[in-house]
Amino acid sequence: MKTSRNMLFKIYRYDPDKDAKPYMQEISIEIESTDRKLLDAMVKLKAKDDSISFRRSCREGVCGSDALNINGKNGLACLTDMVSFPDGKPIVLRPLPGLPVIRDLIVDMTQFFKQYHSIKPYLVNNDPLPERERLQSPEDREELNGLYECILCACCSTACPSFWWNPDKFVGPAGLLAAYRFIADTRDQATNERLDNLEDPYRLFRCHSIMNCVDVCPKGLNPTKAIGKIKDMMVSRAV
Amino acid sequence: MTLSYSVRKFDAVIVGAGGAGLRAAIQLSEAGMKTAVLTKVFPTRSHTVAAQGGVAASLGNSEEDNWRWHMYDTVKGSDWLGDQDAIEFMCKTANECVIELEHYGMPFDRLDNGKIYQRPFGGHMSNFGEKPVRRSCAAADRTGHAMLHAMYQRNVMVNTQFFVEWQALDLVRDAEGEVLGVTAMDMETGEIVVFHAKATIFATGGAGRIYYSSTNAFINTGDGVGMAARAGIPLEDMEFWQFHPTGVAGAGVLITEGVRGEGGILRNSDGERFMERYAPNAKDLASRDVVSRAMVTEINEGRGCGPNKDFVLLDITHLDPATIMKRLPGIHEIGVQFAGVDCLKEPLPVVPTCHYQMGGIPTNYLGQVIVPQGENKAVPVPGFYAAGECACASVHGANRLGTNSLLDLLVFGKSAGETAVKDLKSGMRSHKPLPQDVIDKTLARVDRLNNQKSGADVHETRLTMQRTMQKHAGVFRFKDMLSEGVTKIMEISEQVAQTEIKDKSMVFNTARIEALELDNLIEVAKATIVSANARTESRGAHVRDDAIDCPETPDGRNDKQWLKHSLWYRDGNRLDYKPVQMKPLTVETVELKKRAY
Repeated sequence: MKTSRNMLFKIYRYDPDKDAKPYMQEISIEIESTDRKLLDAMVKLKAKDDSISFRRSCREGVCGSDALNINGKNGLACLTDMVSFPDGKPIVLRPLPGLPVIRDLIVDMTQFFKQYHSIKPYLVNNDPLPERERLQSPEDREELNGLYECILCACCSTACPSFWWNPDKFVGPAGLLAAYRFIADTRDQATNERLDNLEDPYRLFRCHSIMNCVDVCPKGLNPTKAIGKIKDMMVSRAV
Repeated sequence: MTLSYSVRKFDAVIVGAGGAGLRAAIQLSEAGMKTAVLTKVFPTRSHTVAAQGGVAASLGNSEEDNWRWHMYDTVKGSDWLGDQDAIEFMCKTANECVIELEHYGMPFDRLDNGKIYQRPFGGHMSNFGEKPVRRSCAAADRTGHAMLHAMYQRNVMVNTQFFVEWQALDLVRDAEGEVLGVTAMDMETGEIVVFHAKATIFATGGAGRIYYSSTNAFINTGDGVGMAARAGIPLEDMEFWQFHPTGVAGAGVLITEGVRGEGGILRNSDGERFMERYAPNAKDLASRDVVSRAMVTEINEGRGCGPNKDFVLLDITHLDPATIMKRLPGIHEIGVQFAGVDCLKEPLPVVPTCHYQMGGIPTNYLGQVIVPQGENKAVPVPGFYAAGECACASVHGANRLGTNSLLDLLVFGKSAGETAVKDLKSGMRSHKPLPQDVIDKTLARVDRLNNQKSGADVHETRLTMQRTMQKHAGVFRFKDMLSEGVTKIMEISEQVAQTEIKDKSMVFNTARIEALELDNLIEVAKATIVSANARTESRGAHVRDDAIDCPETPDGRNDKQWLKHSLWYRDGNRLDYKPVQMKPLTVETVELKKRAY
């Protein structure tokens, strides 16, 4: 195997402080075998041109900072293997689609978090607090698997056409996954209020099961399935 | 360019929204205090999110346990450098703090009887060191993630006010030494604001990025520690850094000790379970410093694995695959992603990797920042509190036990918050007038970066610092390397004062943030290497070649001379020392003895 190869990047650039409009910057660097992930390459790019701006933190796929649009598909830079990019083809990096760009690859996530907050993302239980932990069977706890692991990276919501068109009205896959995380929790007592909160032509029902969210989730979660379960609960509650 | 600033007033300002900051914020918000939480990343992106294996509490859900045993283990783990009052407080408060988290909604794994699942962890034993005990309360191997999200969610519920993507820059202290808040920059706009507060709580995390090979996130740059040092606060026990035994070789990504808690075994190139030789009783579940040294010894003696014989193997192939996928799903994912290994079938390549800062801003168990004043070595700084990895309470002493860090941030995040609330409610804290020069230091730093020409490259300078620390102050330390390291780091610190950025934009300028972070990292690096060079014994994570192993100083630990905390002052680059608190709050002292596992 070759130890290094020269790779071309096309990067979306926009600094409102100096640019009239966005442009694509072409920049190439030498990628060594030790540059395993796209984030390693991006750190190298920034060492070459310190004005390239992006978020990053844990570099291991748990903090959710470095979500980007990579060659047309949303994903985390720190979990994207450099060997997955073929020789001779540029790597195109754009900000997550559908959210306002603050600068370069950094998007304004206000709307995304507003939707997350709108589902009341906290446990509601009005019983007097027991002295010890509330009990929960392992089977009931397992209902939360595939839900609680969300890292709020926004790959899913910003891959969802329904969210692009109605980011102010449609909760989006991440927020709905979180909503179901609490509905599914046997310790939570607010299922009815949570369903009321989503009983609306837009908030839940704009999901048309396109499943882009499932396709891009870097944690392998399935928001569409969770949304389906909420829809089922709505229906069975109505009859 | 002239820089302007504005002033905003709060009862309290908390810097950092990881575990400790979020826990403190719950306390203040629930008490109705007007609180600003400043954080340079969205709260759930803080590095607490990466904690894996669990949080310690002697709940005794699987077998008999007792906070006194936990206290004994923690003192022993600290190699007797931990303050026993703070350790008693932490171990005694652990159950309450973990139960609170469960009440907040944290999705702990469960036992068949519905109680919180607990697993064994390194150094945690029953009956004063007898045999491993299941004390680590876990949510699979994503405990930190589950915890951080649960605490963020609780803060949403109690309406905490966050300032997201604000970089704190400098601590505001007046002529009397009182703390009156911080200066900070809104990263999105470059705007600079003085947060004028009656109470200032630092929860800024550690600075593991002073080393080249680290499990830590990019953001772990010791911002609070650097700010405190620049404001004249001494830093305590900075020579003590934990090298986690199991970072993925080459990538640095953490593999939880919970893997060994679930039955994983370390093997050398002969396939030998070498920990049996180093720790006959606890074996793979000995304390982290002990395991890391054993691994490096194996590698140094030619029994490492791989083409360069530079790592050892963590083997779980003998475990039930269903157990692995249930209890360690994240590790399986990390193995595939960062080692290219399916740990169900093949062992993971691992190597000791910088992980945790035992030292920090000196505090007591109430979360107050304490400094020497005349004869009294522990005088609280009015208005200043700290908790979590940035603080040194000191519960970890010379070596931290796994799962005690998440416990530390819960217990002391809460106590710092409670103490601040008490001080605010008693009326003893007011908005003292800001000093005339409140913004000068900050503006000078930002201004210099805007105007610096032909200076040092930030990326290169940071790399040089990291490589120097790695080489000169690693798992094993050598007298000559340490003193040479001091000279080198002091030289690098001159470079840091002259860094240059090309990007001068006001909008989300991450080049500027990285340069400002480097100002903090270098203070931590200086404190570390200078304190390490001066401490001529071996204790916990600090092991030197010239510390003599003899009956008076077993394993090189010299209690007569060195049973004391280091205090490093930035001004004059000087050291002071203070005694270890050997007297617990209510129970008997855990008496000094030789440490063996």
